[in-house]
Amino acid sequence: MALTKRIIPCIDVDIDEDGNPAVYTGVNFEDLEYTGDPVEMAKAYNESGADEFVFLDITASAEGRETMLDVVRDVADEVFIPLTVGGGIRTTDDIKETLRAGADKVSITTGALERPELVNEGASAFGSQCIVISVDARRRFDEEGEHYVEVDGESCWFECTKKGGREGTGIDVLEWAAEAESRGAGELFVNSIDKDGTKDGYDLPLTEAVCDVVDTPVIASSGCGGPEDMYDVFTEAGADAGLAASIFHFDEYSIAETKEHLDERGVPVRL
Amino acid sequence: MSTVSSDQTQSLASVVVVDYGLGNLRSVTRGLERAGADVEITDDPAAFEAADGVVLPGVGAFREGVENADPLRDDLLEVAENGTPLFGICLGMQMLLTTSEEGDNDGESAVQGLDLIPGTNVRFDEGQKVPHMGWNRLEIERDHPLVEGVDSVASETQRDDGSAEGGPVDGEYAYFVHSYYAVPDDEDATVATTDYERAFPSIVANEAGNVFGTQFHPEKSGETGLRILRNFVEICAAEEE
Repeated sequence: MALTKRIIPCIDVDIDEDGNPAVYTGVNFEDLEYTGDPVEMAKAYNESGADEFVFLDITASAEGRETMLDVVRDVADEVFIPLTVGGGIRTTDDIKETLRAGADKVSITTGALERPELVNEGASAFGSQCIVISVDARRRFDEEGEHYVEVDGESCWFECTKKGGREGTGIDVLEWAAEAESRGAGELFVNSIDKDGTKDGYDLPLTEAVCDVVDTPVIASSGCGGPEDMYDVFTEAGADAGLAASIFHFDEYSIAETKEHLDERGVPVRL
Repeated sequence: MSTVSSDQTQSLASVVVVDYGLGNLRSVTRGLERAGADVEITDDPAAFEAADGVVLPGVGAFREGVENADPLRDDLLEVAENGTPLFGICLGMQMLLTTSEEGDNDGESAVQGLDLIPGTNVRFDEGQKVPHMGWNRLEIERDHPLVEGVDSVASETQRDDGSAEGGPVDGEYAYFVHSYYAVPDDEDATVATTDYERAFPSIVANEAGNVFGTQFHPEKSGETGLRILRNFVEICAAEEE
């Protein structure tokens, strides 16, 4: 036996009208729908066999950060599996306080694009193992990229976006992934703006291209509609972990049945 | 420095988690409390002496870990010499050995570990993805109360040839995050191995049995990890008697 493929539920944390943490799930990073209490959700996923958690602070406001740290503390006290926390992390102090609250890793998107030295600083202060660099990739079918990939018979490149896809950066995802790794990122978290919330499968060309340019583990995200999509991203694209939100939140598939499916299909998972 | 009291009604043993300025100590503290320990997070050597067991946690780089822990070196050696259980986790386990390629690699002078389990830490070099990150299996190689539980050692869990059958965590999954692995000089120091393109020691222990470590994070390894933490707390409680 070797290392297993990880199944990771993603929990987006927002603040409800009463100022309490709440979980919402959206489509294409918009149209949020309430799905529950984050701590209760984490406990239920743990029992169903989640291999780790990703918590994203989708408010990324000062108020949101405090709420998020409270959630992290509560989850870390109850659930003994790895916990990654992202959203609004821009400084080494942000990293430090998130780890101190009980996170094992931080996921950084915009903060690292705007100041790539943050990756080096975080890795040297806390170790590469806790620095996850997250990209929100968008397909572009123009001449401005550096690395082109064939998608449905057309040639495209992947652009890093900010603000959940609302803002482009002109930075090629594959360039940035390799740079982030060389600066000390311990893991890459690959989201697809094109696939987010669609449930028609992960962006396989994107995931495969990122796996080809880095040696660190790659977590595929966005677009998972069921266990067979996980099978595809592990076997065809080479991802190390598959992340999903809505299929688990809305009980379309449990984590346990997702893992059973993968096991039957010959993918190594922790059962 | 802070003291976190247990939520158990009565604690089985008092455990010190050594605070040398690195990482997330909250999870290991809560895990130990869940396992029945009364936990103090501290860098005060007097507390090491008073405790039933000492945990050397750790994430991050070998050099930084060793340098941060260096003021406590003599105190940690004394803990081991007194027979008090000393449990290194991840980097904390690697620090129980003599040295590491990781410390030597940057061209400066070699960084000395505690040398309680003679050996070195080397980097994965078989083309695997590094770090080795995720859930992988434990294969128990020999008896140790950390994997058997205090009462079950050499009991009915023996094979016909007298060797341990592996105990309750044999074949179970644990959570790993590391780029280097321990290679003890003495093969008998290996309590469990794990396969990542090659077999490497995932649990090690000294000859006396009171100094041991796990390459994985028991505090992040779900029920299997909590079982190991409970075994550790039992070892500490037995030590107290």
